[in-house]
Amino acid sequence: MEFLYTLIINIIKVAVVFGVTLLHVAYATYFERKVIGRMQCRLGPTEVGPMGLLQPFADMFKSLFKEDIIPTKADKAVFFIAPVIVLAPTMTSLSVIPFSEKFIIADINVGMLFILACASLSVYGIILAGWSSGSKYAFFGGIRSAAQVISYEIAMGISLASVFLMAGSVRLDEIVKAQYEYPLSMYAPHLIIGFVVFLIAAFAETNRTPFDLPEAETELVAGYLTEYSGFRYALFFLSEYVAMFIMSSIMTLCFFGGWTIPRFITDILPFLLYVPGIFWFLLKVYFFIFFYYWVRATVPRYRFDQLMKIGWKVLIPLSLFNLLLVAFVKRFVL
Amino acid sequence: MTTVEYFFIYFAVSMVFLSLLIITVKNPVHSILLMLVLFFHIAGLYLFLNAEFLAAVQVILYAGAILVLFLFVIMMLNLKEELVSHRFIGEWPVGVAIGLSISLFCIFAISHFQIKYEGNMTIEIIKTLTNTKALGKILYTEFLLPFEIASIILLIAIVGAIVLAKKEQS
Repeated sequence: MEFLYTLIINIIKVAVVFGVTLLHVAYATYFERKVIGRMQCRLGPTEVGPMGLLQPFADMFKSLFKEDIIPTKADKAVFFIAPVIVLAPTMTSLSVIPFSEKFIIADINVGMLFILACASLSVYGIILAGWSSGSKYAFFGGIRSAAQVISYEIAMGISLASVFLMAGSVRLDEIVKAQYEYPLSMYAPHLIIGFVVFLIAAFAETNRTPFDLPEAETELVAGYLTEYSGFRYALFFLSEYVAMFIMSSIMTLCFFGGWTIPRFITDILPFLLYVPGIFWFLLKVYFFIFFYYWVRATVPRYRFDQLMKIGWKVLIPLSLFNLLLVAFVKRFVL
Repeated sequence: MTTVEYFFIYFAVSMVFLSLLIITVKNPVHSILLMLVLFFHIAGLYLFLNAEFLAAVQVILYAGAILVLFLFVIMMLNLKEELVSHRFIGEWPVGVAIGLSISLFCIFAISHFQIKYEGNMTIEIIKTLTNTKALGKILYTEFLLPFEIASIILLIAIVGAIVLAKKEQS
């Protein structure tokens, strides 16, 4: 009976998170087009519904009813399964993110490592999509993505290791609680090198501008997405936006205090303690998502050798230095 | 039988079958995909032993880094079908002999397996400390020397790889 009860509660939680995430993705695309439109002195979507608010649904129905084209040279089984391999781990890592102090689907001991594992799995889908399409452009996109993700994962992991070292835990809720003890209730000012390295690596990890070389349209048509159409294309799109949400959540939880706000603010304005934690969490997450769009509208794309140079010669040494520094400070100063 | 045993039987049987499939499938990319599934099953077995840290590291390192490099190399070589040339398959009796001797060695080693080490880490302590912390504490205090030796061996391998790659270019 007890088992059945927890099962039902968990299914409801999963359904809520799943539904909200899909809605988030729909309006994240709308938000992106509006923000980038304004930054480039355009209006963005205005036609469908009031202020273009129904545009995401129009796009969704369009991609649902499009013809599903399969290239003759494609490896069919892998071509079919590749979008699912991208989407499934990305959606799974939502289950260990604590949205507030109480709301988390699966409270596991290695939460942060679980997210890293999921992030490293979704790259398979991209590589396999490129390989199975049987086209040169898609193939190059897949190869580029493999090289890029492997290089930037190292820097990302090492910069997160400094967070684990500071917090003394890989549980996401304990990392947040450990941050609350610090004057600004966040690690970002203390671990500024690690934070900047993570921020840059997160762009590369989600294939966003300025590191969107796997889908660079000026050289590779659309990279690994070239041969995909209709709903399979939409699945890749969906997972990219969910991955952005997850990267923003990691930055919020590991560097910006998660669902808490700095203690000196609640000391001055004590009524803010009654605001639910999920509000602060989402506020910080959407700041980072806005930052993704901001960068996309501002910075041009890097060349591939430049991308590799930044990853191996700048970010990895910096993150190692940061790790040593944190270890030293933790041992001898704090 | 308990449910745990049923799960174990599922994992054991499917791991054996997956391993057989990996070496018999013709397309190298498909065999890498099967290997990915195999790594998941290994991680699942670690979870049964309450070793959640090992399970996560298994997926991050083996599935997320090493296997991606395998895939990368196979795609770069563009091996759509496995190379079947006399040079590779002509000497199969030697291969069988080596394989049999290694498996005999393994069987001999496993039959003499004894749980010698008895530390102060009981299951209760591990449960309160969490598996990750317990592993870290033991690895960096009691087993520091073997750990450092292993890391130096890995470092030598990395440096060796770089040296080999450099020679190729000049």
